[in-house]
Amino acid sequence: MEAVEINVLWCKGCGVCVAFCPKKALSLVGEKAQVDPELCIGCGMCELYCPDLAIVVNKPTKKNEKVTEEGLS
Amino acid sequence: MSATQQDVRFVQGNEACVRGALYAGLRFFAGYPITPSTEIAEHLAENLPKVGGTFVQMEDEIASMCAVCGASLAGSKSMTATSGPGFSLKQEAIGYAAMAEIPCVVVDVQRAGPSTGLATKVAQADVNQARWGTHGEHSIVTLTASTVQDMFAVTVEAFNIAEAYRTPVILLFDEVMGHMRERLVIPPAGELPVTERLRTAVKPGVNYHPYLPREDGRLPMSDYGDIHRYHVTGLYHDIWGFPTEQPEQVNKLVHHLVDKIEGRVHELARWKEFYLEDAENVLISYGSAARSARHLVETRRQKGHRVGLLELQTIWPFPKDLVREKTANAKNVFVVEMNMGQVMAQVKQAVDNPDHVYLVNRVDGTLVTPTDIGNVMRVIEGKGV
Amino acid sequence: MAFRDLIRERFFPHIWCPGCGHGTVLNSLLHVVDKMGLDPTSMCMVSGIGCSARISGYVNFHTMHTMHGRALPCATGIKLAKPQLNMIVPMGDGDAMAIGGNHFIHACRRNIDMTAIVLNNRIYGMTGGQYSPLSGRGVLATTAPYRSIDDDFDAVALAQGAGATFVARTTAFHVKELSKILTKAIQHKGFSVVEVMVQCPTYFGRKNKMGGAVQLLEYYRDNTAPLGSKKLEENQNLIPRGIFVERERPEYCEEYQNVIALAEGKE
Repeated sequence: MEAVEINVLWCKGCGVCVAFCPKKALSLVGEKAQVDPELCIGCGMCELYCPDLAIVVNKPTKKNEKVTEEGLS
Repeated sequence: MSATQQDVRFVQGNEACVRGALYAGLRFFAGYPITPSTEIAEHLAENLPKVGGTFVQMEDEIASMCAVCGASLAGSKSMTATSGPGFSLKQEAIGYAAMAEIPCVVVDVQRAGPSTGLATKVAQADVNQARWGTHGEHSIVTLTASTVQDMFAVTVEAFNIAEAYRTPVILLFDEVMGHMRERLVIPPAGELPVTERLRTAVKPGVNYHPYLPREDGRLPMSDYGDIHRYHVTGLYHDIWGFPTEQPEQVNKLVHHLVDKIEGRVHELARWKEFYLEDAENVLISYGSAARSARHLVETRRQKGHRVGLLELQTIWPFPKDLVREKTANAKNVFVVEMNMGQVMAQVKQAVDNPDHVYLVNRVDGTLVTPTDIGNVMRVIEGKGV
Repeated sequence: MAFRDLIRERFFPHIWCPGCGHGTVLNSLLHVVDKMGLDPTSMCMVSGIGCSARISGYVNFHTMHTMHGRALPCATGIKLAKPQLNMIVPMGDGDAMAIGGNHFIHACRRNIDMTAIVLNNRIYGMTGGQYSPLSGRGVLATTAPYRSIDDDFDAVALAQGAGATFVARTTAFHVKELSKILTKAIQHKGFSVVEVMVQCPTYFGRKNKMGGAVQLLEYYRDNTAPLGSKKLEENQNLIPRGIFVERERPEYCEEYQNVIALAEGKE
């Protein structure tokens, strides 16, 4: 199981996940979202934001990282 | 009441309709007050909860018809009642019920229109609206009655047809029928057949196709809340109930919706006939107008006139072959109705000699009388005005 | 995906445009139903017509895609016939507030137990970008080429005035708040209204030169503030978010059980 699963068949490349990832761990490659596992802290915001239901975050959130919609707090 | 004692009442037609609906197993009614159908809502508000059923007065006619669609899908035998202006508003959801094949009964106690018309006066001018009121290709069943006892019986029939064929059924009554009081004998339970909803036998975990007809054409249902979860839409849909624009599937569904009713004209035809065997003059009528026609026939027969009456209880699908057969030997056909010839147009298409079909009508908010009928007949028979 | 059992996977990817906020609301709702552990056979979703209404096709509940504006009366019929069902009624802004406005206020008044979600993208999307009763004055739309002169409804105030017993507002930007509010709305016994301000990048954003999905979400971030917050106090122009009403009042189906008891005792 990958830390962050992105279903490229469902992803429409809107870029919402990229814009609001608190760690800037996501990017669009060929109009599909892609994650950098090194940067990802497993906060799961992208999974909640994704209008295409294309992201599943399996990685547990890193300790000491409290994330809100406004970013890291 | 003892078992041998008959349940005999002296009631308005609207109450007979209510008693028929309860006899047929009605468990949900949604409505909105409108003359001359309001008594149906009033009687059901009192009597539905007594059998554990639900009565709700909705915010408008549209909502009432929508609630009926919802409740029926959730498994309750459902009905609404209205009159012309409300019938216009309900057409949207009647179309939904036709498209999604939702069993339900819609009572229209007709009054004079268009628009507000004559709120307390009789008319029979919603015949074509019952058939074509909602947009798009579809078919529909419409029943009438001319006695309080028949209003009870056709209401039971309406539920049976709605459940058997998964269709809205229109009960096209009129102000005179709704408000007139007559003797009503309520048959003991079991005497009149009551059709229960056909529910799917598909087991949990096995695919249930809500819109896949069985070999006999019937579509077994599954109630919302039961094990099968499925989709219902007013869009053209596939056997799963999901939207489709595939021309082949759309075409198939249109034909199914029309054929399931038009293909059963003979099965669905209900009528009464009086002295037709040797009748030279055949009257065709329905609803309260048929009472005047019947009266005229009885009095003229006493004088030896060869006149008969065909009372249509099924108006839609129009029993064309029946009308043709019953008028085959008639010199003249008189259609007695309180509109400008809505059933007459159908009769003309059905008979061999449309030139000999005449309209006897009254569109002034009063009941067409035996005298009115006699007057027209005398002119046609060349006996002067 | 934890909520795989809750969706009809074969219809994905869904029909909504890239960046459409409706997808985010569906996403949130599925997370909530999953987290609450609700049995899908206890769930019934009824929708109207429009972009938002397509949501009912995607959830593996008992689903009814009804007529424009008519989701609530259809849902009322279902709920009265089967009070044990958990009713979710998503509607668009035109769906709920224009053609379905009368049904909306009366459902609030009746306090029948269901969760109405108003997906407010301030535009008729399915028909190509006409102004809605929630667009507001000054908005550009295909039917308001010189800018709209119509003031908008405040959906929250309307629901509140009509007697809804749970009323909340949030946005598709505030996804955690959205989940929390939807959870509370579903748990609430009575008629719940949740207005979710969602983005329509295709019509509203483009027509009003407000950018794409990201810019519209940033707009919701920057122009809203939680109820009772200092931010809101300091700037009255911000749109308040949060739970506005949460109170108890007799629920309609339960009240009708009392009617049945009375009627049965009568004979």
